[in-house]
Amino acid sequence: MTPNPPTPNPPATDPPATANGRATRADVVRVSRARGRERTRTLVVSAGLAAAVGVVFLGSLAVGDFQIGIPDLLARLTGRGIGVHQLRVDYVLFDLRLPRAVTGLLVGLAFGLAGSVFQRLLRNPLASPDVLGISAGAGAAAVLAIVVFGASGFAVSAGAFTGALAAVALIYALAWQQGVSGYRLVLIGIGINAALLSAVSFLMTRADMTDAQQALLWRTGSLYDSSWEEVAALLGCLMVLVPAALLLARALPTLQLGDDSARGLGLPVERSRLALLLVATGLIGVGTAAAGPVAFVAFLSGPIASRLLGGARPGIAVAALVGALVTLCSDVAAQHLFGDRQFPVGVVTGAVGAPYLLWLLAKSNRAGHGE
Amino acid sequence: MRKPLGIGALLAAACALSLAVGTKDIPVTTVFEALTAFDPGDVDHLIITERRVPRTLAGVFVGAALGLAGTLIQGVTRNPLADPGIFGVNAGAALFVVLGIAVFGVTSLSGYVWFGFAGAAAASTAVYIIGSLGRGGASPLKLALTGAALTAALSSLQSAVLLTDPATHDRFRFWQVGTLAGRDPDVVGQALPFLAIGIAGALLLGKVLNGLSLGDDVARSFGRNTTTDRVWCGLAVVVLSGAATALAGPITFLGLAVPHLARTLAGPDYRRILPLSMLIAPVLLVLADVLGRVVARPGEVQAGVVTALLGAPVLVALVRRRKLARL
Repeated sequence: MTPNPPTPNPPATDPPATANGRATRADVVRVSRARGRERTRTLVVSAGLAAAVGVVFLGSLAVGDFQIGIPDLLARLTGRGIGVHQLRVDYVLFDLRLPRAVTGLLVGLAFGLAGSVFQRLLRNPLASPDVLGISAGAGAAAVLAIVVFGASGFAVSAGAFTGALAAVALIYALAWQQGVSGYRLVLIGIGINAALLSAVSFLMTRADMTDAQQALLWRTGSLYDSSWEEVAALLGCLMVLVPAALLLARALPTLQLGDDSARGLGLPVERSRLALLLVATGLIGVGTAAAGPVAFVAFLSGPIASRLLGGARPGIAVAALVGALVTLCSDVAAQHLFGDRQFPVGVVTGAVGAPYLLWLLAKSNRAGHGE
Repeated sequence: MRKPLGIGALLAAACALSLAVGTKDIPVTTVFEALTAFDPGDVDHLIITERRVPRTLAGVFVGAALGLAGTLIQGVTRNPLADPGIFGVNAGAALFVVLGIAVFGVTSLSGYVWFGFAGAAAASTAVYIIGSLGRGGASPLKLALTGAALTAALSSLQSAVLLTDPATHDRFRFWQVGTLAGRDPDVVGQALPFLAIGIAGALLLGKVLNGLSLGDDVARSFGRNTTTDRVWCGLAVVVLSGAATALAGPITFLGLAVPHLARTLAGPDYRRILPLSMLIAPVLLVLADVLGRVVARPGEVQAGVVTALLGAPVLVALVRRRKLARL
């Protein structure tokens, strides 16, 4: 009945065997050079991404209907006075643009990180939280709150957060049978996702038009009403979740070998997987509560990161940086690219990130690799 | 042989229910008379032939098409998360329908059909071409990622239009749920030839899928040309899901879940999975449609909604109960 499970890819840096089965000195040198190249590439890509994030972040603070010169901007950010128009600059900078840019940055980081944890944990590049019903859980709860209970603002965010957690709890509970296999989790995830999405479409047909439009806006994801209170809450949560994710992610390369091999290597498979799932869900929930399920950031970041790194092992930190960059770029584009018309960030994330991924895919000439 | 026969019988029963049950109570004898001794002056007879027969036909064909398309696409990409939507079919169709409403002022269902079909075809062709660029050719992973990425890009455009144009959103949200209601005989007639050709073609692809499921290298060593094999499967998916989406709107669940149901019943041989998918999907869709007519009388719950709400527990139960046949 059951065909063999697909064999996972061997780690890229297996030492090459020689004729007598022993690695020679030359082999050792070759391997360590190859590893060195990978490390260098990872470092270069990370530094480049971080620099790009910094530039776009500052750019989004400076550009707008009210231009702020870079000297003035840097002066105010470091707390130095700039004379007569300081009051106006301060209002635009600290009350309007900075909270929005910081929210974009943090949400992007969270989604990028969570998406790539899911994709690598379940060993499937399509298995991002937006496919497995977690974003749909948040979305269904929020649309329910908007359309049926007429909620807005904080209540919607709280609903979304609860919805994401509830969806994961449901999926995990349903997938549990003396342990959770990744495959079962994925299948049950897509089932729940489909049910939740169709519930959302149904609610949308029963809503009146204003509510439907508001719900659509929320589901697209926007940074419109970012405030410092929101930033503080977001930052507080991420201070816990991001280090936890980075720490737990060290189990990912072993988990990716498959459950049996990982268990053989002495990894507590169930516990690591549950912990990673919880942290990633937390990240999604927090991000969604702040900005809505910003479309596709979680899905796109991982594949883009692993293609930027080439053969090197993709780190989830790189994916987080990609997420932040995509979100910030998209928000800048959404604000300024369409003349007077302003779009929510989620409209543009797909249009910015997806073509880039398509280009990377078309350019890549590696055949049939699992990642 | 027992499983296909059993499910075939279920399908016949579902069709009978779909003809007999509706908003208006029509006695079974009248239903039978309408089919055997049709009287054009009788309103009840007209309801049966003009409403329920086309609707049931649409359900059977759309269901069969989506079940097959889903099986094909999961086989080609070797990914359990793939559905026809992963070829950009739904996103393309949706975007074209949105543009049709917003730019060309299309308001009728027969207009939507053509826009939907054109969008589905354009998007899936684009996915295939982009996915096969580069030296590796159209590898499963590249196809899946390309499809998902293109879907992302197209949906962004779609929500950009919808957010700025509430009137279009108002029409579109009713297309988006996916339903069999209100399909006139001529609308069904437009799509039927495509569906029939696609279904016939797809049923011939079992051996091809078996080859692809071994992985490219093994398939090639058996003398299969994996590139042309994928093109044939891709073509069948475009025709099947394009026509189905054009006719009924995006009904996502069937293409995603039915292949898994069929796989748990039939094992890994695609020559058995394909016919089984073709039978299971319409049973689910037609039953969902009947249920949708009954639960919210005198209104209706759209078949797309019922399918997913009803099908998800079925999928979960099967996934939990059986030892899973993997892709």
